[in-house]
Amino acid sequence: MSILEIKNIKATIGEKNILKGLNLSLEKGKVHAIMGPNGAGKSTLSKTIVGHYDVEVTEGDILLRGKSILGMEPEERALEGIFLSFQHPVEIPGVSNAYFLRTAVNAKRVHEGKEELNAAEFLREMKQTAQELGMKPEMISRSLNEGFSGGEKKRNEILQMQMLQPDVILLDEIDSGLDIDALRAVSEGINAMKDGERTFLVITHYSRILDYIEPDYIHVLKDGQIVHTGGPELVAQLEDEGYESIGAAG
Amino acid sequence: MAQEELNQAVSGEYALGFEIDIEQDTVPPGLDEGVIAFISQKKDEPQWMLDLRLKAFAKWQQMEEPHWGHLDYTPIDYQSISYFSAPKQAPESLEEVDPKILEAYSKLGIPLEEQKQLQGIAVDAVVDSVSVKTTFSKELEAKGIIFCSISEAIRDYPELIQKYMFSVVPMTDNYFAALNSAVFTDGTFVYIPPNTRCPMELSTYFRINALNTGQFERTLIVADKGSYVSYNEGCSAPTRDDNQLHAAVVELIAMDDAEIKYSTIQNWYPGDENGKGGIYNFVTKRGICETNAKISWTQVETGSAITWKYPSCILKGDNSVGEFYSVAVTTLAQQADTGTKMIHLGKNTTSTIISKGISAMKGQNTYRGLVKIGAHAEGARNYSECDSLLIGDQCEAHTFPYLESKDPHGQVEHEATTSKISDEQLFYLRQRGIGEEDAVSMIVHGFCKDVFTQLPMEYAVEAKALLELTLEGSVG
Ligand SMILES: Nc1ncnc2c1ncn2[C@@H]1O[C@H](COP(=O)(O)OP(=O)(O)OP(=O)(O)O)[C@@H](O)[C@H]1O
Ligand SMILES: [Mg+2]
Repeated sequence: MSILEIKNIKATIGEKNILKGLNLSLEKGKVHAIMGPNGAGKSTLSKTIVGHYDVEVTEGDILLRGKSILGMEPEERALEGIFLSFQHPVEIPGVSNAYFLRTAVNAKRVHEGKEELNAAEFLREMKQTAQELGMKPEMISRSLNEGFSGGEKKRNEILQMQMLQPDVILLDEIDSGLDIDALRAVSEGINAMKDGERTFLVITHYSRILDYIEPDYIHVLKDGQIVHTGGPELVAQLEDEGYESIGAAG
Repeated sequence: MAQEELNQAVSGEYALGFEIDIEQDTVPPGLDEGVIAFISQKKDEPQWMLDLRLKAFAKWQQMEEPHWGHLDYTPIDYQSISYFSAPKQAPESLEEVDPKILEAYSKLGIPLEEQKQLQGIAVDAVVDSVSVKTTFSKELEAKGIIFCSISEAIRDYPELIQKYMFSVVPMTDNYFAALNSAVFTDGTFVYIPPNTRCPMELSTYFRINALNTGQFERTLIVADKGSYVSYNEGCSAPTRDDNQLHAAVVELIAMDDAEIKYSTIQNWYPGDENGKGGIYNFVTKRGICETNAKISWTQVETGSAITWKYPSCILKGDNSVGEFYSVAVTTLAQQADTGTKMIHLGKNTTSTIISKGISAMKGQNTYRGLVKIGAHAEGARNYSECDSLLIGDQCEAHTFPYLESKDPHGQVEHEATTSKISDEQLFYLRQRGIGEEDAVSMIVHGFCKDVFTQLPMEYAVEAKALLELTLEGSVG
């Protein structure tokens, strides 16, 4: 069953056509990986799904659980369970990581008709999760992403993902810039979220993370379209032959 | 984000714009020696005070209104202002205070009533020109602390007033200070005896109620050797179409080893988005530090149509410390030209300036600061940080840091940043499920954090709420 359906999406940034009739169906509970050359439109695809202000959709539709989300505000899409781990997480000075994340978690809980977590309950959970991800305790009280190293920012994205418990998780180059330990911690964090219900879309350039998180499907995105879909075996072929050979014929 | 949405998000209605319906005792508009004599007589003042007022008035008439501020406003007609207004009955005790005033204060969230007094805040409430009620005076008296209206102090403590009033801000210091010296109607006097720590936060709430009245309060705080006091000032005014003038003077004296912490939450009526109405706020605030003394100014300025204000420190004594922490918000068509002066005269004097300007809609926000290091101020150090945050693209921020150093070894560090609430930041928060309005206020609070942490706890809460209110609006 597909949870997220992207139907013939055409999207522009500024005047530039980036997504050119892209089709992709994410199967519920599965791990999908997207690979493709620089500038192909991978980040644009993830931005389109979360309603980023840069992107204008000119044609097509995106359905979440069968319902179009194109008319929804970014925060509504988030509350409906879509989470994006940003390729470049932004820094917000003076806003503590814990305060920010508690606000986000409670917004989601209210949306789901649950009671808000109080500060103590929340902090306990956040500390525990951060520790499992190998984050220093001080990262919890520091300003959101401010002065975080590249790897720390990525771990912080995973921390947010774990606390927010989203249904559809888009990871844009979560593995870039990570050292070996961080890559393992982040991958384990992702694997811990796999429960057969949650769905992942993993954008990456490297097979390494895919060795850890074992995707079910590989999609190749070239020039604004999905040009090929295959199983995990495709990764090795791409590593050997590059993107030139793929999709050229069809 | 669309400009319209942004404008809505930053145009919280002025929630304190209600008028108290009580009988006022007001002089007709106009200013001459007769009016000054009337004020002095109403206040039951000794002759020497009237003489000083008349002297100030004579000087003021020879002075010119300054126009160097980055401010644009219709000229003030000093003859169309009424210089004295008081509730008809002068109350003696809390029971006698007009219930409408008490109700108005409780709407403002002022802890005037008994239950709130228990929280340990002494309040001197000023409605228009008269101090309505000074709470807690008895308990403070026991420690020898004087906390009363300036009018009472002129009558009851003439030697202290004669010694210290005009000693930090001379009556001819500037145009508005001279005007205030001639016509000041009320304000607060505080004296803390040597080696005494004032056991509670002292607080004054000013409010301009009557139509077309100016408010000219005068505050004098004297912290004797080794003493400590934290003083809080809050202001608001009801919504009106006409501009009202507010020209206050505050003088602080911190003797050897003394410390004064002075916090202001200024929420005068800002006028509307076309610049109609609102308070013209021309304020002179200055403190002097003797050896090892410290003065710390913290201000949260969200109101007024025009703000012209530079709380300053004269660091006269060796090792003395001056601090200035400021959040100034200009939205609608508000204009603020505010900052500080740190005058280093003593050796090893240090000063810190943290200024956060937030501009939205058509707001104009200027930081103007002077750091002056005298020839004998060996080892003087200053750190300045001036950050501006722009919301939308019709507003402006300006920074004018001046440095005058006669000591080549003085260490002065200045950092300035201007940033927009970036779409990137807003989007990040919204992608995590936080609504747009909450996201804006989260970013703004983060920006002001270094200043808010300087405020006493309950005032920090108030300041945050006020900021939210000022910048609030339904996001479409
Ligand atoms: N804000 C923007 N303004 C102009 N062009 C943009 C903007 N954002 C993206 N583009 C262009 O859109 C195209 C697709 O960019 P996108 O970021 O989606 O690529 P990508 O597949 O994620 O690449 P990479 O692997 O390098 O991350 C690129 O040519 C890029 O230059
Ligand atoms: Mg990318």
